[in-house]
Amino acid sequence: MYLTQGAEAIVKQEEDIIIKERIQKRYRIKVLDDKIRKERTRAEARLISETRRLGIPTPIIYDIQNFKIEMEYIDGEPLKNVINPELSKRTGELTGLLHSGGIIHGDLTTSNLILKDGRIYFIDFGLAFIDRTIEAQGVDVHVLFQTFESTHEDHEKLINAFYDGYKQKYIHADKVLKRVKDIEKRGRYA
Amino acid sequence: MKTRILGIEGTAWNLSAAVVDEDDVISEVTETYQPDTGGIHPREASQHHAKYASTVIQKLLENIKSKGIDPKTLDAVAFSQGPGLGPCLRTVATASRMLSLTLDIPIIGVNHCIAHIEVGKWKTPAKDPVVLYVSGANSQVLAYRKGKYRVFGETLDVGIGNALDKFARSAGLNHPGGPRIEKHAKNFEKYVPLPYVVKGMDFSFSGLTTAAKDALENETMEDVCYSFQETAFAMMVEVTERALAHTGKNEVLLAGGVGANMRLREMLDIMCNDRGASFYVPEKRFMGDNGAMIAYLGLLMYRSGSITGLKDSHVDPNFRPDSVEVTWI
Repeated sequence: MYLTQGAEAIVKQEEDIIIKERIQKRYRIKVLDDKIRKERTRAEARLISETRRLGIPTPIIYDIQNFKIEMEYIDGEPLKNVINPELSKRTGELTGLLHSGGIIHGDLTTSNLILKDGRIYFIDFGLAFIDRTIEAQGVDVHVLFQTFESTHEDHEKLINAFYDGYKQKYIHADKVLKRVKDIEKRGRYA
Repeated sequence: MKTRILGIEGTAWNLSAAVVDEDDVISEVTETYQPDTGGIHPREASQHHAKYASTVIQKLLENIKSKGIDPKTLDAVAFSQGPGLGPCLRTVATASRMLSLTLDIPIIGVNHCIAHIEVGKWKTPAKDPVVLYVSGANSQVLAYRKGKYRVFGETLDVGIGNALDKFARSAGLNHPGGPRIEKHAKNFEKYVPLPYVVKGMDFSFSGLTTAAKDALENETMEDVCYSFQETAFAMMVEVTERALAHTGKNEVLLAGGVGANMRLREMLDIMCNDRGASFYVPEKRFMGDNGAMIAYLGLLMYRSGSITGLKDSHVDPNFRPDSVEVTWI
């Protein structure tokens, strides 16, 4: 069963396993394309595991092949459908841990946060990277706030609750929140 | 009555003035600065523009007179307000203010990047494209959304054209380097690995340029030129594809002087084909810096009531396209 087909990868589900495969890009010469897809597949798997070591729930990785990652299917509810201030605060805490650890998720939306057995799982690290700059962290938070604003009526409350959690776990939280306001003005990641 | 706008471009190497109306370019006169050695020297380029500004404008005005158009009936004068080299921008702004006062017509400062986009939309069937704008100093992926041209991705350091030129100089190739690199690349034998840097939606060329320079010690010119192109262009095509996926648009427009490169066009064409999107490239005269694009964006702004006025006609070397309120869409 196909779950999604993005610009970069196709994601299939086979029972309780997710198989994510980076697809070939014909505009790139093969030797370069293979290298990029291989590197990104490995980097994604590594970041999923590193995130887990920071204390953030992520899928367990079963296998990595050339362009393919096999991992645990998180059979829960996307936060998109169940978000409330309490869950937003906990997302803030987890994102604070993530950023303290120097990792940027790169596509932090309420569809990529899954609630299962009372825990919030971070999934889809396809655009994740290592970066300790306030700018990168600001963009990460901004992307999440945009999904609050576009899909949830109570977004002000959700944003405030996120701040509460984020501040508890990340020492530079205030700087990041200030940067989020600048990024909003640029209107770039809209 | 048709609207007729005179536009002057001179942000960097090319001094070019044109008169356009809604349908076409009525006349265009161009004087190109060509450095004796090395790349563009900002002061020398501005001296070039100052030297030729009056001849270029006079010739343009004579051309339109010979087509029965009285310069006093022009509706406005438009000029490149930025981004660009400060000394060049100031020279062209001064000439434009003089013209505005002499002919007693309004002055309109236009954003150079957006002029590239709008002339492309004018001269191709593209309606609402994702734009890859590639020139010496600029490399951006833009698209229109809610009143502005948003920058979805861009270079974190130098523009692709400058990266190509820098590498070309270190390889002993003359300015402009792009066409010479393209020629050498055709005779490649193998790909030499070079850094492929895409961070989020942005890309970077400075590390690639240094690595390519170093690679020349052990690899052939042909192989390094080929590898430089393949790596740098793939980075930009990747971000262009992501912008398509993100915005849900189904057209790509290529703009800027580096858009003359046939390999870059081929890569964009393949990407668009695989996604079922349409790919548009305007004819070459509208790709590099030209006066017609400035005049045409001036025309769009004039018709939608965006007049700059002398008081606000100061130049801005870092003028961002996403700071412009789009009044004409």
